[in-house]
Amino acid sequence: MTDFRNLQYLTLTETMREYLSNIWKAFSTILIGMKVTFKHLFVPAVTIQYPDIKLDLPERERNRLYVNMDDCIGCDQCARACPVDCITIETVKALPTEDLGKTSNGKKKALWVTQFDIDLAKCCYCQLCVFPCPTECIYMTNVYEFSEYQRENLLYSYITLTPEEIIEKKNNLAKFEAEKAAKKAAAEVKPPEKKMAEPVVKTSPLPNPPVNNKTNDTQKEKQ
Amino acid sequence: MIYDYLYKLTGSEILSMLIQSAIPLFLLVLPFVLVAVWLERKVSAHMQDRLGPMRVGWHGWLQTVADLVKLIQKEDIVAKETDKVLFNIAPVLVFAGSYAAFAAIPLTSAFLGSNIDLGIFFIVAVSGLVVTGILMAGWASNNKYSLLGAMRSAAQIISYEIPTMLVILIVVMITGTLNLRTLSEMQTGYFWNWMIFGGPQFGIDKFILIPLMIIGFLIIYISTLAEVNRTPFDIPEAESELVSGYHTEYSGMKFSMFFLAEYANMFAVSAIVSALFLGGYQSPFGYLGNLLHLPWLIPIEQFGWFVGKGVFFVLVQMWLRWTLPRLRVDQLMAVCWKYLIPIAFADLLIVGLITVI
Repeated sequence: MTDFRNLQYLTLTETMREYLSNIWKAFSTILIGMKVTFKHLFVPAVTIQYPDIKLDLPERERNRLYVNMDDCIGCDQCARACPVDCITIETVKALPTEDLGKTSNGKKKALWVTQFDIDLAKCCYCQLCVFPCPTECIYMTNVYEFSEYQRENLLYSYITLTPEEIIEKKNNLAKFEAEKAAKKAAAEVKPPEKKMAEPVVKTSPLPNPPVNNKTNDTQKEKQ
Repeated sequence: MIYDYLYKLTGSEILSMLIQSAIPLFLLVLPFVLVAVWLERKVSAHMQDRLGPMRVGWHGWLQTVADLVKLIQKEDIVAKETDKVLFNIAPVLVFAGSYAAFAAIPLTSAFLGSNIDLGIFFIVAVSGLVVTGILMAGWASNNKYSLLGAMRSAAQIISYEIPTMLVILIVVMITGTLNLRTLSEMQTGYFWNWMIFGGPQFGIDKFILIPLMIIGFLIIYISTLAEVNRTPFDIPEAESELVSGYHTEYSGMKFSMFFLAEYANMFAVSAIVSALFLGGYQSPFGYLGNLLHLPWLIPIEQFGWFVGKGVFFVLVQMWLRWTLPRLRVDQLMAVCWKYLIPIAFADLLIVGLITVI
């Protein structure tokens, strides 16, 4: 491009030379550019036809959580590790007569897990819940396509017990506790007021206070 | 020839005329636009190491058809503040302007919409209708981007018409005819009879003419590129600055009319360039029909050559589009007024001297 401020100082031949060199430059650079684009016409495309072809994920990818309930002992450690509180666990103590079996790495199960919900809408995929698990039953899978139209659908429940079973377990425990308390009361000549009050609350078959239960369970687990 | 045949078939002058006028539209323009839009996307994609449309049909070749169906279904939005009459006329005018050019372009030796002696002059004149339509669309949209785009487009098309005209004048001076069919017939035989190689006559002047004709060809190619608003001269519809220029406010079928006109224009311009300089529908080396003594095969072959040349130049336009960045307004005007026009003038003078001698 000719600079008009300098034009007066240029001689005619210089102006002419610049003019011609501009034309030459324009054509040569356009041809260079066209050569480049023509070469790229035959470069294989980098596009991946996504739903048909999927790239291999990296080795330690973090996607949707999964809980293997066969191995879960209901220790609540994952729920407490979670920085966004997206895991909700509720457990009911098993009766001494019941045998829940053992986990795959030999831990004895002592609790019925009556609720194990993970709200994946809240989950931040930090994997902090995976490390504390003593039985390695909560882990990251390679599933990443699980979008939903309703946010409620992202609340995943992993429990294996049916609702009837849950009520049954709770009732069993309540009955057992009541019996135990009655025995204790019978054994002790003078039962204190407070101890009498507790069983009365617990005899109600429906939702027993989970907080109470949890703390008991986890304490037991730690021992 | 086609007209006579249609006249015999239908027995009505009006009917045969109507059918004849619709032939280029349905036989050439519409299929070309459908293919060209797909090609444009594929070429751009592969130049950028992408794949482009791949879903609809084999390598997405039905994508344009799907898009067309979508455009037909779409709501025709006319904004409240627009000038309704002009807004509705504009796309029709733009398409009419670009389609009217096909009337004087000989598709084969057997088909020419209208064999008028002012062929190329008519094409140049009727292309002016496109500018009117674009300006109308920009003004009627009542939108600053549309108006800016339309004004830029008008300025650009009018400035670049000058070098185009000068180069057309060079060809007209040598051949002494404005009729595109006569022009094409003159370039018959082999490719050294094409205008870019100095025309049909053989002598010392032919060799002097060759470099001048190549310069002329380059000038007309660049300036027609600007006339159809293609990159690097696409400031009228610069997506990154003006939304999409004069057709920002249009939707549905009216938008697709602009789109159709744009691609029809691309082909028309390529066809004119090839008719002027590269023999139009003429084959570069004899015909298979002559060899096999099948006279009916020749027009079909010629049509093939015509479409082939047109599509080749359209592909080069696409190639340039995906290579070059957009020019600034001052650069655009500088290219036209400081480079193309003086060179075209000099070319015209020299060719004029040669033809006189």
